[in-house]
This record gives sequence, C-alpha cells and structure tokens, in this order.
Amino acid sequence: MKFLDYAPAPESQALLSLKSDYGLFINGDFTAGRGTPFQTINPATEQQIAMIATANEADVDDAVAAARHAYDGVWSRLSGSDRGKYLFRIARLVQERARELAVAETLDNGKPIKETRDVDIPLVAAWFFYYAGWADKLDHAGVGPNPASLGVAAQVIPWNFPLMMLAWKIAPALAAGNTVVLKPAETTSLTALLFAEILQQADLPAGVVNIITGDGSTGATLVNHPGVNKVAFTGSTAVGRAIARSVAGTDKKLSLELGGKGANIVFDDAPIDQAVEGIVRGIFFNQGHVCCAGSRLLVQESIHDDVIDRLKRRMQTLRLGDPLDKNTDIGAINSAEQLARIRELSDLGEQEGAERWSADCVIPENGFWFAPTIFTNVSTSHRIARDEIFGPVLSVLTFRTPAEAIAKANNTPYGLSAGIWSDKGSRILAVADKLRAGVIWANTFNQFDPSSPFGGYKESGYGREGGRHGLAAYLKPAVRTGSRSIAAADHRTLSVSKKSASAGKKSASAEKAAK
Amino acid sequence: MTQSPLATYQPEQRALALIGGEATDTNLRRYLQGIPGIDAVGLEARAADLGTRSIKTSSKRWAIDTIIGLIDLTTLEGADTPGKVRSLVAKALVPDPGDPGTPRVAAVCVYGDMVGAAVTALGSAHAAAGETEGSGVQGVRVAAVATAFPSGRASLAVKLADVRDAVAAGADEIDMVIDRGAFLAGRFGQVYDEIVAVKEACRRADGSMAHLKVILETGELNTYDNVRRASWLAILAGGDFIKTSTGKVAPAATLPVTLSMLEVVRDWHRLTGVRIGVKPAGGIRTSKDAIKYLVTVAETVGEEWLTPHLFRFGASSLLNDVLLQRQKMTTGHYSGPDYVTID
Repeated sequence: MKFLDYAPAPESQALLSLKSDYGLFINGDFTAGRGTPFQTINPATEQQIAMIATANEADVDDAVAAARHAYDGVWSRLSGSDRGKYLFRIARLVQERARELAVAETLDNGKPIKETRDVDIPLVAAWFFYYAGWADKLDHAGVGPNPASLGVAAQVIPWNFPLMMLAWKIAPALAAGNTVVLKPAETTSLTALLFAEILQQADLPAGVVNIITGDGSTGATLVNHPGVNKVAFTGSTAVGRAIARSVAGTDKKLSLELGGKGANIVFDDAPIDQAVEGIVRGIFFNQGHVCCAGSRLLVQESIHDDVIDRLKRRMQTLRLGDPLDKNTDIGAINSAEQLARIRELSDLGEQEGAERWSADCVIPENGFWFAPTIFTNVSTSHRIARDEIFGPVLSVLTFRTPAEAIAKANNTPYGLSAGIWSDKGSRILAVADKLRAGVIWANTFNQFDPSSPFGGYKESGYGREGGRHGLAAYLKPAVRTGSRSIAAADHRTLSVSKKSASAGKKSASAEKAAK
Repeated sequence: MTQSPLATYQPEQRALALIGGEATDTNLRRYLQGIPGIDAVGLEARAADLGTRSIKTSSKRWAIDTIIGLIDLTTLEGADTPGKVRSLVAKALVPDPGDPGTPRVAAVCVYGDMVGAAVTALGSAHAAAGETEGSGVQGVRVAAVATAFPSGRASLAVKLADVRDAVAAGADEIDMVIDRGAFLAGRFGQVYDEIVAVKEACRRADGSMAHLKVILETGELNTYDNVRRASWLAILAGGDFIKTSTGKVAPAATLPVTLSMLEVVRDWHRLTGVRIGVKPAGGIRTSKDAIKYLVTVAETVGEEWLTPHLFRFGASSLLNDVLLQRQKMTTGHYSGPDYVTID
C-alpha cells in the first residue's frame, strides 16, 4: 500500500440532528417564512441538506419590528455587565456544541472539517468571549465617555465563513447595546439557524437577534428598511457599492467589508520553506474563498524559479476530497455559480498568455471542485492579476526591487490585505509602511484574532471589525438632548481623505476607525 | 535550483565545489549563512499541522509495523552490562512473544564497549554487512555511540580511537556527536574536519564502511537556524544520517526540529540526487507521536524515506507502546503493560 493514500478518516455526523425544514428566527421563535422556501445543498455531493424559508417584505418588517421592540424595551436598558453575561453564555455554548457546528458548517459550505474544527468555530467562540469582555467597558472604546448604541443593526454576511462572519457581526453589535437582524448568505444559512437555537438555549431576550433567510432580494429589503440604524455588509464589491448607494442620504451608519486582491510579497532573504507554507495558506486556505487571500504572489525575480519549484512540490501534497475527512486540505467550491466564475477567470488567464499549472488530484464525480492552480508569467495588466477570483487560483508576478514590489502591490483597486516575507525586520517595517492595505502580515498569512482590527482601503470597503475599533462601528458618542453637534462628527469617518489614510498604515487606519 | 553535475562528483569534491574552496571557517561560514533562514513560528505551525493528520485503520496498521522496523532499540546507561545488552537484543529479535509475526527492530544501539556483547547475542540474526532490506527475515544491526558520547569533549585522537574500537568490535553503524562548542564558536572547519576524520575511521579492514550517523544535539544548538546549518555541515562532511540528539540533553527530538532537518535532506536530494537519512532520538515515547513523524517524513521528503536505510527512531520505551497499539488492533481491545515484555 501507499502510506500517503491515508485510509478514510471521516468525522462522524452522529452529533448532528438536523431538521428537514428551517423557518425564520424572529422575536425568539422560529416562524415559517412567507416567501418560497429554497433548498440548501451540500456542495461536495449536491445532495439536499434541508429546506430553508425565504423572508418576504412582511417578514423583514416583522424582524425589524421585533429588533426595535427588543432594543427599546430590553437590550438598550440592560447594563453592560448583563449584556456581557449573555455573550459569555453564547460563547460557552458555541464551545460546547463546537463539533456539531463544525460538522454542519462543513456539510453546508464544503470547507474541510480540519478548518471548521480548528479555525472557524474556535474563532466564533473567541469573538464572543472577546466582545463579552468589552460590554461593560465601552467608556474605553475610544468614542468618549458613556457612548450610545445605534439601535437596530441590519447585517448581511457572505458564504465563505458563515458562522465566523456571523460572530464578527453579532458579537460587537450586541456588546455595544444594539439589536440585530442578520441575513446569512443564501447557500450557507444552516449554521446561522443552529446558532439561533443556541440563542434560545442562552435565553437571550426575544428579538435581540433575529435571523432571516433568503436570497439577495431579502438582503436588499433589509438594508433598505427605514427602521434600521446601521448597515453592516461583508461580500462582493459590486453589492457593497449598491448598498452604499441605497444608504446614501439616510442617517444609517454603514460599514463595508468587500473584496480584495492581496499581495503576498516574498523577498530573496525570506525563510523560504515557511514562505511556501504561507503562500499555500494565503491562497488555498478555505479553497481561496477568502476576501483577504494572498491571491497575487509577488516574488523577487532572483528566487522565482526556486520558489515555484518548491511551491509545486508542496501543492502535490494537498489533499482534495471529502470535506468531512479529517485529512482533507482542499474541500468543495461553495456553489456551481462560484465554480463557473473561477473557471471563467482561469480560462481567461490562459488566453491572456499566463502559464497554468494545477496539482494532480482526483476530482470527485459529484459536487463542485477546482484543483489548486497557479499561474506563472502573469503581468499586472492581466485580468487574473486584477480581478478577485475568490477561488484556489494564484497569480504569480515578479519584482526586482522593494520599490517595485510596493508599486505592484499597491497597483490594485483593492486594499484589504498583504503579506511580507523577509528575514530582515527593518525591511518588513519599511515596506509595510508603504503598502495600502488594511491588514499586513509579516512572515505569516491569514491569521485572525478578535483583538486585531480588520478591514480595507479603497474598493475593499470601510470601517473596521475586530478589536476596540470594531466597537466603533456600533457606537456613537454620548448624545446630549438638544445637541446634534457631536453626533454629526460621525460622518467624518466616511470622508477621510486617501492622503491621510496612507500616512501611517495600521495605526492610521486604527485611529480612523476609532473616530 | 538547477540540476548540477554535482550528482556525479565524489562526496569530498562535491562538498568543496559547493563550498567554493577549502573547508575553512570562512568559506563554510559564507556558505552556511547563505542558506535561507527559518521562521520559528512558521516551522512550528507546519509541524503542528502535520501532527493533525488522522491515521486510521489500514494506514495505522501499516504505520505501526513500519515504526517497529525503524526503531534503534537503545540502552545507553552507565549501568549497562553484557546481561542487559543480551536482554535488549532478545527484545529486538522478538519484540512480542505473543505474535511471531511482529517485525524486528532495525538495530540495537549501545555504547562502544558493549558492541561485542551485542554482536555475540545477535549471533546469526546479526545483519550481514551491506545487507539490504527485502532479503528474507530482516537482520538486526548494531549501532554504537562513539566520539566521547554524549558530550564530545575529548581530543580528536581519543574520539577516533573510540570509533575504531567500535567498528573493530563489529558495529555496523557509528552514532557520533559533533563538537557543539566548536560549532557555536564558529569553528565550522573544525567540526567539518572531525566528521571527515570520523567517517574515515568507520572504514573496516576489508575496505567497507560502517554507516555514520551525525548527532547534532539540537537541544544545545538552541535555534532552528543553527540546526539547519549544522545539518548542512554534517551532510557536506559526509554523514550518512543526521540525528537530532543524544537523549542526554533536553529538549531532545521534537517534531519541528526533525521537520527542519528533513527539509535539508530534501533539498540535498534535489541538489545532488543523494539520499541522506534522518534519526530523531530521545523523547518519542508513544505510537501517536511516532505516527506524526511518519507523516512528516512522508509529506516532506516522500514515503520512500520510510525505510531503515533512511529513517530511524532512537528510542527505548516507544517499542512497548507501539506493541500495545498493535495488540489492540489485532484483538480489538487494550491490554496492559504486563502483556508486553521489558528488555
């Protein structure tokens, strides 16, 4: 036998008991939606997992009304420490049910169990723990003494990290004293609904969190609803732009976490084996369905061939297949639509003259799959160097000097993430200072922590999630009756000039978010 | 890296061609410091990630038997006697009396003065010199630690005499220690020359050579960058194996340190086409840990390295834990420490 053909090691699904139909979670209870239900499938098998309700306009009205009622009647009156108790309770319940949530997430999303078990779900718990601790310390959130919550937050999240994105949105919103109506992505509603069960277990007062499901039109109805005070969206730049347009002119506060085309810069003095690991983690983690993925590899020309050779060898050890198998590294693409987009852009890359190489792997018959792929000989003018592919596809470019690396890294409409690989600390700091990206990793990639703010520049959106700065998106300075002058200061957040934004990297963006 | 004519060179020529001159401190420093560094956090994360592989059912069965066949069953005590060594050899030959199908270990590892006792105790089961695997029942080899093991603090003459004694007594493999003091003081040329001299001392009267394992004592080198440089140095100087530790210094073998050495071996193979062995030693006590090493070897250098010629575990208590797992897989239930023999 070949040892490397590891025997199957599937995670058991026995812990998970799913219902055949899921309703909307409004005012603390599950209710049938009034729209047409839709099926959610396992992207690795294309089998139906459950039927999910669609919220129509009347359902959205109900959800917003429930959130408003809970805000006025209960949540905004609770002390910070009492809100914190609920959040701590939710965090502990997430930990207790971690394995069940990991299996459900893997079934519904297609990502490997290794990642849901070791990354997604632990981070979900960490986010609730972190913001639970903030709930009674809002005076120190950087918005002045005794800051006020905003009211009802409408939150729309993507399919790539379903439960983690839910945690990034709900935890700070609740800690700051807001109530929530959240809409998960159409293809990945399942874990949000299991999370609703956790909220019931935690005895969270009815209406504080409402979860409504449906397609993009449900999301549009929600963000356009006149009853919401805050809109938070994570997803594509195109949808983000539409939301910004629809929110313009209202007094809704907005934060957007959009696309990216992160540059992963490898200098010739990099710790080469770890850099190769970082490249793999940067683009093949979660099948590349990561907005901050290191999808553009900028490698110094002098070590290009060696790095690519090592990268290809490493990619041959990636295991693509059953996401529930504990040894799977690359799971399924989340949907047929996304797979089509990845294929389209990859084919375009070939037509444009880039050289395509994929790891050998057996593609299962059913489900949506895409072998880990790299393109070499890519130029900055190629579409695959500019457009977000959102899949396991890496575009490799070269540079000769640090100045050229910086110029190429910044030559993108996006500005979410970047990575720098070098053994020389001073170079890392000097380059980081000139990169226009919200998150910069040094000698690592795709690391997340609730205490670290996350967010983008330019078309990658605005506002920060995580850390103290993530609270600012859900707070406003204390409002004194009869005075609007302080509240008006909020609007500066949105109009900070790009010039000042480029001044001091992370700390500059941090201050900005804190305003 | 481009394929160079290095593959066709004799080892000494190859080393000098790579170093770009004689093996002086300056040339060696220039060469070793030109090797890319290691990011400790990244290396440890990669090792931890490899440690999460889930090896079940048929893969586990194969892994367990493979581990047994890769063990250098070791006794390195001041209190060692011929009686103790006989007992160790008996265990090496019949690890589990309850199951004659159990594979034998690769070698027994003893101090130099116990080589004779080990050879006598093995008798016809002593692997013939130059014997390769796959020739019927696997013979067991005798490995001897030498060169003033474990500290290495003796004159070169004493170290070489130590090696020659062990080889003359019938040792198939010599586990030498590098001079960590010289390495840390930057006297790379001295470390290099010593390994070359020890290698020469491994030559038997008939011209064949005992295998040379070079112990880096990674616990004293302290940084992964040092481990990487010492690994290159040992391979350049002609070591057949690079070995982590003596077992007398903590920390001994760890998965990240072994991974970093495997990466050197992989790069050396890419560069020259030559395969060098790796031996983590000390601190590997459970089947679970040993399986993590197998995974790390297979996914870093390839599973063709999982043969006694290219990979060994230096261990003593590991064997019984593996045997307990083996019994569990055969019978379906766990037994206890009284159902495996002590050596």
